[in-house]
Amino acid sequence: MNNKIYQKTLEMIPPLSLLLLWELFVLIAVLDARFFPAPHVILISLWEQITLGYYWHDVSSSLIRITLGFVIGSVVGVAIGISIGISSLCRALFEPIVAATFPIPKLALMPLIILLFGLDELGKVIVIAIGVLFPVIIQTTAGISNVDQTYKEVAYNYGASRWNYFKTVALPAAAPSIFIGLKLGSGMAILLIVAAEMQGASAGIGYRIWSAYSLFDIPTMFVALSTIALLGYLSYTVIEKLEHRVISWHRSPQKERDASGKNKD
Amino acid sequence: MQVEKIRIEQLRKQFVKKNKMVEAFHSISLQIKDGEFVSIVGPSGCGKTTLLRVIAGLELPTSGTMHIQHHDSNQPLNAMVFQEHSIFPWMTVRENIAYGLTMRKVPPSIKKSIVDHYLLKINMVNFAESYPHQLSGGMKQRVSVARAFANDPEILLMDEPFTALDEQNRLLIQQELLKIWEENQKTVVFITHSIEEAILLSDRIIMMSAHPGTLIAEYEIPFPRPRKIEEIRSSTFYKNMFNEIWMQLKEEVEKSRSMEGMLPI
Ligand SMILES: Nc1ncnc2c1ncn2[C@@H]1O[C@H](COP(=O)(O)OP(=O)(O)OP(=O)(O)O)[C@@H](O)[C@H]1O
Ligand SMILES: [Mg+2]
Repeated sequence: MNNKIYQKTLEMIPPLSLLLLWELFVLIAVLDARFFPAPHVILISLWEQITLGYYWHDVSSSLIRITLGFVIGSVVGVAIGISIGISSLCRALFEPIVAATFPIPKLALMPLIILLFGLDELGKVIVIAIGVLFPVIIQTTAGISNVDQTYKEVAYNYGASRWNYFKTVALPAAAPSIFIGLKLGSGMAILLIVAAEMQGASAGIGYRIWSAYSLFDIPTMFVALSTIALLGYLSYTVIEKLEHRVISWHRSPQKERDASGKNKD
Repeated sequence: MQVEKIRIEQLRKQFVKKNKMVEAFHSISLQIKDGEFVSIVGPSGCGKTTLLRVIAGLELPTSGTMHIQHHDSNQPLNAMVFQEHSIFPWMTVRENIAYGLTMRKVPPSIKKSIVDHYLLKINMVNFAESYPHQLSGGMKQRVSVARAFANDPEILLMDEPFTALDEQNRLLIQQELLKIWEENQKTVVFITHSIEEAILLSDRIIMMSAHPGTLIAEYEIPFPRPRKIEEIRSSTFYKNMFNEIWMQLKEEVEKSRSMEGMLPI
């Protein structure tokens, strides 16, 4: 328990000292206050945005787009990943397409998607979904097709049907890998929100960055950047919590270290 | 007891490895009676695991015939205890032991009573809801053995199930295995590196030659059942038997070592 508090404290030190240094450097004019407003200025800007009422509106608009895109992208991604992983027919059909389209920068698809789906919500959600799709497909496929041969043989030796093999062996064995895909995908979603809101949005964190840019309102820009960072951290934490719940059997390296530490005491 | 269970004639298995043929074993002819406990010994790499996998139906023979009597089609024909760790990390001890029963859709109440029975036999009632990462190596192997027995197959195939265990644990598990086996007298094919283990457990020991393996000797083990490990180990008959088998096996092991380019002892 003490150990945990100790670790949390340690985690707080780098960002806090960074903020302090920042404040100091602006004060002694090492940093240009026009481009790097002091942290307290940014905080004031945050407070203004909250009291004027558009901060939460920005956050919720972006959050809805991110969540929708992430859910669609990961559901479709897991489905495609599984079918490539278990069926050689699907592998032959889809794997080349995935490999060929994976390296295309998702931003380069923006204009096409706008043309296809328009400037409104649908286009934004789709850009994000496509970004989430690829890491999820790749991690799911890897997880399903790399199941330990012994587990596979045990399942068939004990009379498992194909469906039962999938349900009782392939899927749980692939779960840790799928969760890595989901974490990478959630990062992707947040990465893409700024680009997705560049055009045709009237609210959102990404929109706020572009509008602040055109108004040369740097503190607002920093508020939005910090909010994005916070969202990234939160989504990662949420998925990690879910992961621990779903795969409680999985012994993470972290836990192993804790356990061995306890044995030494 | 005299009914024939497995009949193998002129069995051969070759693998293709990097465009070269590797012979795993050849010219194996063997009959195993219903309810017989047969052990196979032989130097490392002589094809024991491959032979067992062919009997299990996990691998097809290159030539020769194999006939296995399947008395009751409602009962599984065989269950394998694998050489390496093979219990599913994502299932509890109870779920692991029940695996074959679950796959066969045995009603939950019957399943529960069978699993409880074997939990008691392997002395792990308190670990029923534990996950494999919380168990010791010996416990995992016990679960693996219980999983095979609980499925109630006509033939049990065991590939060096106790090799990874320390001396004390091995003795206890051997005693447990003897007890469980003497209760239901299943046909067992058991692979081991330990002559001692082979003598203590089997009705008959079969020796394979150095790679590529074939059968070179057979020993009947006449100790009456139920057996007590301590009593057998202290008898002179056991010591003579051990020496006789070891002298022959030593020759094969030396051959196999010199083939690997090592100096014979
Ligand atoms: N899938 C495979 N592909 C190619 N060669 C194989 C394969 N499986 C086994 N072999 C070869 O067949 C031979 C016999 O292997 P096997 O695993 O049956 O030996 P073993 O008697 O069980 O050895 P050990 O006692 O070390 O477990 C070896 O030379 C091995 O390299
Ligand atoms: Mg082997």
